[in-house]
Amino acid sequence: MTALLEVDRLSVEIPLTIGTLRPVRGVSFEVARGETLCIVGESGCGKSLTSLAIMDLLPRRARRSAARLVFDGVDLTSLPERRMADLRGNRMAMIFQEPMTSLNPAYTIGNQLEEALLRHRKVPRAEARERAVFLLEKCGITAAGERLSQYPHQLSGGIRQRVMIAMALMCGPKLIIADEPTTALDVTIQAQILHLLASLQREFDMAVILITHDLGVVARIADRVAVMYAGEVVETGTAAEIFARPLHPYTEGLLRCIPVPGRTRRGEHLGSIPGMVPSLIGTLEGCAFRNRCPHAFADCAARAVPLAETAVGRSYRCLLPPEARAAGALEAATS
Amino acid sequence: MSVETFVSVGNVLQPSAGTLLRRRIFGHTTFLIGAAIFAFILAVAAFAPWLAPHDAYAQDLSQRLVPPVWDDGGSWLHPLGTDQLGRDYLSRLIYGSRISLLVGFSVMIMSGIIGTTLGVVAGYFGGRVDLVINFIVTTRLAMPVILVALTVAALAGSSLENVILVLGLLLWDRFVVVTRSATLQIRALDYVSAAQSVGCSTSRIVFTEILPNVLNAIIIIGTIEMANGILLAAALSFLGLGVPPPLPDWGAMIADGKQYMFFNPWVITIPGVALFALVLAINLLGDGVRDLTAPENRN
Amino acid sequence: MLAYFIKRSIVALLVAITVSIISFMLLHVSGDLAQSLAGPSATASDIEQVRKAYGLDRPLAVQYVDWARKALRGDFGESFFLKQPVFPIIVQRLPVTMTLGVSALAIALVVSIPLGIMAAIRPNSWIDRLALTVSVFGQALPSFWFGLLLMLFFGVTLRWLPVSGTGGWEYYVMPAVTLSYYSIPAFMRLIRAGMMEVLASDYIRTARAKGLRTATVLFKHALRNAVIPLVAVAAVQLGFALGGSIVIEAVFSLHGVGYLGWESISRADFPVVQAIVLILACFYIVLTFLADMLNAVLDPRIRIG
Repeated sequence: MTALLEVDRLSVEIPLTIGTLRPVRGVSFEVARGETLCIVGESGCGKSLTSLAIMDLLPRRARRSAARLVFDGVDLTSLPERRMADLRGNRMAMIFQEPMTSLNPAYTIGNQLEEALLRHRKVPRAEARERAVFLLEKCGITAAGERLSQYPHQLSGGIRQRVMIAMALMCGPKLIIADEPTTALDVTIQAQILHLLASLQREFDMAVILITHDLGVVARIADRVAVMYAGEVVETGTAAEIFARPLHPYTEGLLRCIPVPGRTRRGEHLGSIPGMVPSLIGTLEGCAFRNRCPHAFADCAARAVPLAETAVGRSYRCLLPPEARAAGALEAATS
Repeated sequence: MSVETFVSVGNVLQPSAGTLLRRRIFGHTTFLIGAAIFAFILAVAAFAPWLAPHDAYAQDLSQRLVPPVWDDGGSWLHPLGTDQLGRDYLSRLIYGSRISLLVGFSVMIMSGIIGTTLGVVAGYFGGRVDLVINFIVTTRLAMPVILVALTVAALAGSSLENVILVLGLLLWDRFVVVTRSATLQIRALDYVSAAQSVGCSTSRIVFTEILPNVLNAIIIIGTIEMANGILLAAALSFLGLGVPPPLPDWGAMIADGKQYMFFNPWVITIPGVALFALVLAINLLGDGVRDLTAPENRN
Repeated sequence: MLAYFIKRSIVALLVAITVSIISFMLLHVSGDLAQSLAGPSATASDIEQVRKAYGLDRPLAVQYVDWARKALRGDFGESFFLKQPVFPIIVQRLPVTMTLGVSALAIALVVSIPLGIMAAIRPNSWIDRLALTVSVFGQALPSFWFGLLLMLFFGVTLRWLPVSGTGGWEYYVMPAVTLSYYSIPAFMRLIRAGMMEVLASDYIRTARAKGLRTATVLFKHALRNAVIPLVAVAAVQLGFALGGSIVIEAVFSLHGVGYLGWESISRADFPVVQAIVLILACFYIVLTFLADMLNAVLDPRIRIG
């Protein structure tokens, strides 16, 4: 079965005063129908821009290029804007990070919800209203009928995010891209929203790309994971594989930074990754992670590192095979 | 995770190279053009006695309404022609620059002092003081400026001093608004509370900390009110209640020329162009200052 | 909402009262009213007679209260020149000035909103530059001079429009265009800045992500929010226009309230002047008040909690 979304060598360039910024450099991954892919990485690694690039919602100055960008059989790179607008909100939808500012303060949420459906389907307004109520209730909002006539500023952040999710679902999309949907919310609400997303996904059989910097979120909800660093995908795999056996030094470093119940011993220091992300302006020589990698050697600076596939859907971008790395670590630990 | 970022996407989307460069050039160009025209008019005003070919007040009824040198009937004796009393237009134009500049500067300084004082006081002390000053500004805004100015001019007599006085006492409202918000912003900054905690007196704080930072706003509004003052004074003169004859005020020249304008259009065109050029120069200066000191261009 | 309304009303009332006091003071304090009334050739005793006849020898406070009480009933006294009650004279001229003001506002909006939107969508393009140039030139033009130039060009050279006077709609075209030219720069900059800010906001991104058409995003979502600050400015500009129309009406001999004001000042008809100042001020106050209310309607955040 073909993947729902195929991304092959997607890049984004932004011309600046001081040079060309390349925040997304040759990103490739696939999303199958009905699966949840988590894109993980720290702030600035390019994960948000990747999702905006897929939806073609980049800022005016940014330029997108890709070897292949296919959604449900449609080639997105050659699609004129009008056709792209027909897809957005319809077959692919997006949820953003800041629920407090993502809704128009001048219109009721009912108006904004109905608008999402009426734009893409010729149905009477009453039907749009019914669907809005239906979805709001699915998203756990009580008294949905009355909520429709409320304005965004009258609602809390958690409710607003649920409204955003309902809005994304109005046309029954096949793919939802959620860009850090819980980052701006209270911890208790976070769990609820994630739970909601997972159940909605199952019920409506959608694929979800969830962008996050929080490995805890990944553990909860991901089927598959793509780890991004400095504009590139550095590792892919299922959630279980990534957590059990990280293949890339960066992923390894990330996992050491968080306490894992059952694995981290009491009183043990949490890891940290020394150094800083390299500048993404201009072209990067060699591996982007090498100045922070404990296993770096001469070759890492010499050439760009290709993505190595160990199995279908399992890849990593490192010159060192994992066994060699483990051996080196053992050596370091025993010396 | 305890990793640091070097480039976050948020602050990458600043104005692009092209925009910043364009803004700087445009800012510089605007400023330079404005400054050039303004300097020219200043020079004309300063060297008027040497530049003007004739006495601006000398009437010669045998030479009434002589057209400028480029029309037929004109001559180099009176390059810009003469008005309805035979006075040389070029000379009147040159001396008129003195009046407009005088009015502009005086009104700017007067309204600037009043407005800045009110604004800084309102911003610094806040509370009831602020409310009262706000009320004063609202009241001032509700009054029709030209009508009031005309009335005062009619009652107190129309003279250059009265025009300056009345306009200076009316045009301070923008100063208040801008200096008030500038003061509010600065007052909230840490170094003012630091000064206060060390025990600096209020006036000391005002003069050493607040005023220098408010200066930028004052300069920009100053150019606006200077231009405003010149335009309003010209309007008053045009309506017959501004600068009295025989002073060669540009607005009065247009008023004088109105009845002859259908057959001798230059009588209103020439002083109008002069007014326009002066006001334009002042506005460009102000815009240029604003562009050049805009936050993006500061490091 | 009610509290907001009441608070605004009280402030408006206070301002109106203050303006009336100031305009009263201005008249009685800037020069000797009795002397101006008696004329330049009056003797001292003539002036004294005039003073007594008009009650100008009473204390100022008494004179003010007397005037204010009558004014509240709509009795602004009698015009010295026309020997008729002041208020009806003004009311008769009011439609002319209102037509002028409203037309000028309409022209200004029709020109500046599209220009401002286009400049905001394509910053630093030729349209942006054009808008900026129009803006800069508009602010430097003396309005009366611009009016005269229009008169020369359209009235004399092209003969499309009547040069001056009051009458049908064609008499309002040039005056309205002249009056509007001063507001256009301000409006346009406001729309441009407002749109640019709004277009960068998150809810516009959401609107685009829903696949809404560009026109919908621009007009339904963006402009609706960007226009809010414009409302207050437009009301204020209309208020200023009504007060500043005096110059335009003088240039084009349009017999409105401004023209009446000018005539009255020239012939020392002070009851009329005093009434006009107060009435124009009240218009301004009412307009800003309406603007505040309109703001509340447009921005639900002000209206509801």
